Amino acid sequence: MASQLVEKYMRTEHLPHIWCPGCGNGVIMHAVVRAIDKLELDKNKVCIVSGIGCSSRAAGYLDFNTIHTTHGRALAFATGIKLAKPELEVVVIAGDGDIAAIGGNHLIHAARRNVGMTVVVINNNIYGMTGGQYSPATPAGEFGTTAPYGNIDRPFDIAALAAGAGASFTARGTVYNPAQITSCIQKGILHKGFSLIECISVCPVYYGRKNKKGSVIDMIKWQRDNSIPVEKAGKLPPEELKGKIVTGVLSQATYPEYTEEYAKIIEKVSGGINYEQA
Amino acid sequence: MSRLVLMQGNEACVEGAIACGMRFFAGYPITPSTEIAEYCALRLPMVKGHFIQMEDEIASMAAVIGASVAGVKSMTATSGPGFSLKQENIGYASAAEIPCVIVNAQRSGPSTGLPTSPSQGDVMQSRWGTHGDHPIIVLSPSSVSETYTLIIRAFNLSEKYRTPVIFLMDEMVGHLREGIEIPEHIEIVNRKVIKGGQSQHMPYRIPDGECAPVFAPFGEGDRYNITGLIHDESGFPTNSHIEANRMITRLMRKIEDNVDDIVATEERYTEDADIAVLCYGGTTRSVLEAIDEARSKGIRVGMFRPITLWPFPEKELFKLSGKIKKLIVAEHNYGQIVLEAERVVKNNCSLKFTGKVDGTLISPAEILRAIEED
Repeated sequence: MASQLVEKYMRTEHLPHIWCPGCGNGVIMHAVVRAIDKLELDKNKVCIVSGIGCSSRAAGYLDFNTIHTTHGRALAFATGIKLAKPELEVVVIAGDGDIAAIGGNHLIHAARRNVGMTVVVINNNIYGMTGGQYSPATPAGEFGTTAPYGNIDRPFDIAALAAGAGASFTARGTVYNPAQITSCIQKGILHKGFSLIECISVCPVYYGRKNKKGSVIDMIKWQRDNSIPVEKAGKLPPEELKGKIVTGVLSQATYPEYTEEYAKIIEKVSGGINYEQA
Repeated sequence: MSRLVLMQGNEACVEGAIACGMRFFAGYPITPSTEIAEYCALRLPMVKGHFIQMEDEIASMAAVIGASVAGVKSMTATSGPGFSLKQENIGYASAAEIPCVIVNAQRSGPSTGLPTSPSQGDVMQSRWGTHGDHPIIVLSPSSVSETYTLIIRAFNLSEKYRTPVIFLMDEMVGHLREGIEIPEHIEIVNRKVIKGGQSQHMPYRIPDGECAPVFAPFGEGDRYNITGLIHDESGFPTNSHIEANRMITRLMRKIEDNVDDIVATEERYTEDADIAVLCYGGTTRSVLEAIDEARSKGIRVGMFRPITLWPFPEKELFKLSGKIKKLIVAEHNYGQIVLEAERVVKNNCSLKFTGKVDGTLISPAEILRAIEED
């Protein structure tokens, strides 16, 4: 099955990919492809938009309409694509630094507008491409090359940030459980409006080594032992959720989708008022 | 038949753009360009286009590139600090060869400067604002009427050469109201594309006889990759020095080899002139009045106006400099295009600069003084 998906959806001439051994990005890229395959989307209508960073290199490997944009700006590029051609299926792949630091402003506004797109955030808790600096998702007290004495920043909960800004669908999964990520991405694509799926990845080379997390197997086992399904988490007191990863569909709501609302404006004023002669 | 209407410069910019097929605008409010966003918000849905007010200038530029990638002629407009913010993504459009038009209604700087005051201080930034060697085309209108026709040319050049075009207006022209004639016929150039599904994943392979790539927009079956990284003909990133040299050289030569097609200038009263005044944009209006006054006093003075600021009209100015004794460069800044003029005229004629940075217009009297002085 995996090799069939590779043949069908990947630009095999550009493989192998650039990611380090043990990196979780490949698992998440696979989940994106599997979700698209299950939904039987038309490859020619799918656009993959990415920013800059390790995660964003995924776009180039995938055989869709792919655009690797500037650092932090993937959502703004994606907004332009979707608004210009609403019939396209827009999937954004971005890292935690890309989407929550340099692109934080675009994240909250894209969520607020509820533009129809699916955002797959690959959260590896670190800036990997530049060699291990702390990101807005690095837990307080952990180390990075720019946090040699321990990180004193408080991290963002990216899914909660998006939901707070008005995202109509948020979910979370881990690379320990690729089937769950696939299912969340599928639901996100089917959801009408802005959906964000936070995928907790592993970066054994920079984050893991700097923070003595052991091997990649140890890191993934840690995810297994510290994940709590959202249904169960709802019944637990907040102190028991500290340091845990809550997984599953976290929030879902129905808000008007941006391009549909704009289509109504066009419907109302195009042809109606003849400005040329006004 | 052409129609006569009263219009503001910023409005003419929008109407000209819509006339040639602009159907997507993303922007952010900033004086003195805001009316452009306001007119677009009003007008675009009437012609089944889309307007969006983004969260900042960076996002506006990004959205414009996204819409163009999807095949829609796209534009943004800004001023002063907003132009600085757009620069990174302008470089992206330049490197990835995505057509788009960026309007900059210049205001007085640096920084927040004098937001409502006129200036022409962004001339060098319009050429070199984004990092790295890159191609760019910059056009400067000097009247409301020319704003309408020149924005159409901006789109035509952008589509033909697949490069961002900066439409360098200034506050004077942007906020001016004049009667203009809307032309009945306009020439429209659309980007060349090969039918979707036929690029064989080589979007950046330039077909014989073409000056730019011809890939189809997103969604039409080609499924190629676009990146701001150095890329080869497949559009995929490469670290090859050979490919890097090939890509940058091709991008630069795309403009250099076609300067005769891109460059436009206007000359007035230069046939018998001893003196010429080089000017552009809103400053042109004071210059023309000063020339009338000087000529009535018997001084043989003419005007040379680059309509295309970048690439700079070297050939045209060099030719003129051999016929005149003195060139006066009048621009609304501390001296920017004068550096280009110096480079071009060398010792062919004497050169003098008159500029201004106090936020007030350069008056005809000031130009006249420069003409009359030795």
